[in-house]
Amino acid sequence: MNVSAAVTVEGFVAESLATHGRDPRHLLQHLIRVQQRFSYVPDAAVEALSAALDVTRTQVRAAIAFYAFLHERPRGAFEIRFSDNITDRMLGSRRLIRLLIERLGLMGLPAWGRDLIRSDGRVSVGLASCTGMCDQGPALLINGQAVTNLDAQRVDRIADLVQEGIPLDRWPGEFFRVENNIRRRGLLLGNPATDGAALRRLLDEGADAALAEVERSGLRGRGGAGFTTALKWRFCREAPGTDRYVVCNADEGEPGTFKDRVLLTDYADLVIEGMTVCAGVIGARRGFLYLRGEYLYLLPHLESVLQRRRAEGLLGARILGRDGFDFDIEIHLGAGAYICGEESALIESLEGKRGVTRKRPPFPVTSGFDDQPTVVNNVETFLAAARVVQWGGYWLRGEGTDQSAGSKILSVSGDCARPGIYEYPFGTPVHRVLSDCGAENTQAVQISGAAGATLSPADFDRIIAFEDLPTAGSFMIFDDSRDLLDMVRNFAAFFAHESCGFCTPCRVGGALLRNLVEKVVAGQGSEYDLSEIRHIGAVMRQASYCGLGHTAPNHVLNTLDKFPSIYRRRLAREAHTPSFDLDAALSEARGIAGRNDPGAHIHALSGETA
Amino acid sequence: MSKTFKLDGREIPFETGQTIMDAALAAGVYIPHLCHNPEFAPHGSCRVCLVDIGGRQVSACTAAASEGMEVDSCSESIQETRRAILQMLFVEGNHVCPACEKSGACQLQAVAYYTGMLAPHFTHFFPRRPVDASHSDVIIDFNRCILCELCVRASRDHDGKRVFAISGRGLDSHLVIDSPSGLLGDSSFAAGDKAAHVCPTGAILPKGRGYETPIGERLYDREPISIVGDVRAHEEEVV
Repeated sequence: MNVSAAVTVEGFVAESLATHGRDPRHLLQHLIRVQQRFSYVPDAAVEALSAALDVTRTQVRAAIAFYAFLHERPRGAFEIRFSDNITDRMLGSRRLIRLLIERLGLMGLPAWGRDLIRSDGRVSVGLASCTGMCDQGPALLINGQAVTNLDAQRVDRIADLVQEGIPLDRWPGEFFRVENNIRRRGLLLGNPATDGAALRRLLDEGADAALAEVERSGLRGRGGAGFTTALKWRFCREAPGTDRYVVCNADEGEPGTFKDRVLLTDYADLVIEGMTVCAGVIGARRGFLYLRGEYLYLLPHLESVLQRRRAEGLLGARILGRDGFDFDIEIHLGAGAYICGEESALIESLEGKRGVTRKRPPFPVTSGFDDQPTVVNNVETFLAAARVVQWGGYWLRGEGTDQSAGSKILSVSGDCARPGIYEYPFGTPVHRVLSDCGAENTQAVQISGAAGATLSPADFDRIIAFEDLPTAGSFMIFDDSRDLLDMVRNFAAFFAHESCGFCTPCRVGGALLRNLVEKVVAGQGSEYDLSEIRHIGAVMRQASYCGLGHTAPNHVLNTLDKFPSIYRRRLAREAHTPSFDLDAALSEARGIAGRNDPGAHIHALSGETA
Repeated sequence: MSKTFKLDGREIPFETGQTIMDAALAAGVYIPHLCHNPEFAPHGSCRVCLVDIGGRQVSACTAAASEGMEVDSCSESIQETRRAILQMLFVEGNHVCPACEKSGACQLQAVAYYTGMLAPHFTHFFPRRPVDASHSDVIIDFNRCILCELCVRASRDHDGKRVFAISGRGLDSHLVIDSPSGLLGDSSFAAGDKAAHVCPTGAILPKGRGYETPIGERLYDREPISIVGDVRAHEEEVV
């Protein structure tokens, strides 16, 4: 917004290139800056970047079309995106979207890939996948900045501010306030303080000893898959390569997850310390923190933490005065692509490309960023690793179960009195979480996000642990007043929107599933459609190229098994009901023929022959 | 002594580093595929070469062969999954076989026959896709593109031109051309490029030639794809 006439697109790109370099791997970062400055990526920027970075203009355009936050055509000077997770919808976001649309004089409703843009260019309204504010929604992004706790009054005020053209830095500060809402602290959240103790222990006792502590702790990745952290670090350390890289996956895109946002807010030092310890163990000199675009507001904070740590000798050249211990971290932004939470897609995105999953093997530990050995760990994993090296492996082992040492941080949202962040020892049953957060009459819990599992009350004695219910931390609660089909519908649309499009089953199957779910919602479904949903879901699970496609049908397959009534009560009676209205399709022909007699209607015809 | 694995009960020899597909092709055993072409790095996107190894499904073109593994490529359940994947490809684009110049010499059609696919089954998306006839020698009909990226790879890795790329995501994924106008005629593409000769469907076709071989007498009209293999190996006969 506020594009001053003095700055040309070419001038802006030239400055970006001068400041941030001409490495083709910085393409995405340049594009994000151009998008933020001009509210789209003009052709002139495509040409300039293509010429300067030795990538084709087609590759530049392909990246723009891939990332949901980049656009080839102008959006509004105020670009508004409502978070469209099911938790936002449960908090009334649809009503607020309609209210804002009406106040701004726009027509229709935004949909995935279809933003409403006002003709004067002042404002546009679109949707975003879950923006990670589920405990304080409904939420939206305006020019990339998060606005929380929306209600009618706040939406009204936003409409006024937009109409008056007030720049964002003069908007009320409370609109942009993001609360941590930490409700239960355990091993990790108990103490945010750090003074570089883990790094000192690493230097005092050596990399082998530090890795042995991580091994002893039994720490497993907190991103959901649960790979043993020490093994990942060891593989990377021992893999042949000229350089090594440490990557922190802060692309917390799983709907309903927001704990990494809190960790990056209040525990950033520990997260960065964990990355630095990892660098010391594997011998890396460069690291990246891949921050999801939705958390743009955290960028200045994180940059300042990095800067302070450099000043304190905890990052950069000669860390803690040790010759040869050089490690620095760059923050790369994402731009609205769920798939980039998958580690190899994340690396593609770090290299400036479309976030399409790589073939594995080789795994990133042997061939990651720049085809060099790379450790990619979740925010929470690095935080835990820092403490493990500081306090020893037994410290983590002291809690949890045999196969799941330590604690898990949950992002609790949906129907409960106290949504927010809860840390529990692994082994905690689901019902304990429900009673702590004040959930009543719970019909279902969606654990580990849209890709996770739908739990019915029969599952509430099950425990959160890799051996029973593994989770990246998302915990969405639905009470008995909810129609779970709304959740299914939301997730089906989410996966169709977020499929990268590389493989056939996920690209086409995801869209077919979404359409079939919509058909059932519209009351046109039949038993046949339900069996089609199962059939397509099974093919996606079996045949997809990566985890996104494998898990994308979980929600619909789980609910068909556990909550069949949400589908059955919407079914039309017949075994087969076409979604296509043949009679309506003939209305144009009737008009041309000037007929409207019973013989010109298909129902009448079928009535005669029946 | 060379190492072997079992493919549908048959012993297949392989060298370390070979994929299941490489070893099968070398042994003359057909595993259906669309995005795979041994001249280019394995891609793994179409998923048609899905095989089962002890209950786990992998794409034969990307999975490494290993000693003693038992691979199932022709059970009814694998064929059923392949049919569904092919049906998805058919409803995603606009594939009108009776009106297509490539009919009878199209790998999509031939693989569909091979798996016993009789109808597209799923609801058609009927996307609106343009035809690009701007080039003097070659026509691109995007309606028939199955996103196998063979032209992308051939242009980049063989021709050194980077004429093609995939843009968008999800169902909006589509082939794009690198030229100021986005049209093939304005690009550096030439009829002699490798990229002009790798399309498994009728999406990229030479201009000015049509129906030289009558329908009914074309490559896959005579023998199934499992016997005669990929269309690219028969280019002299079919165009």
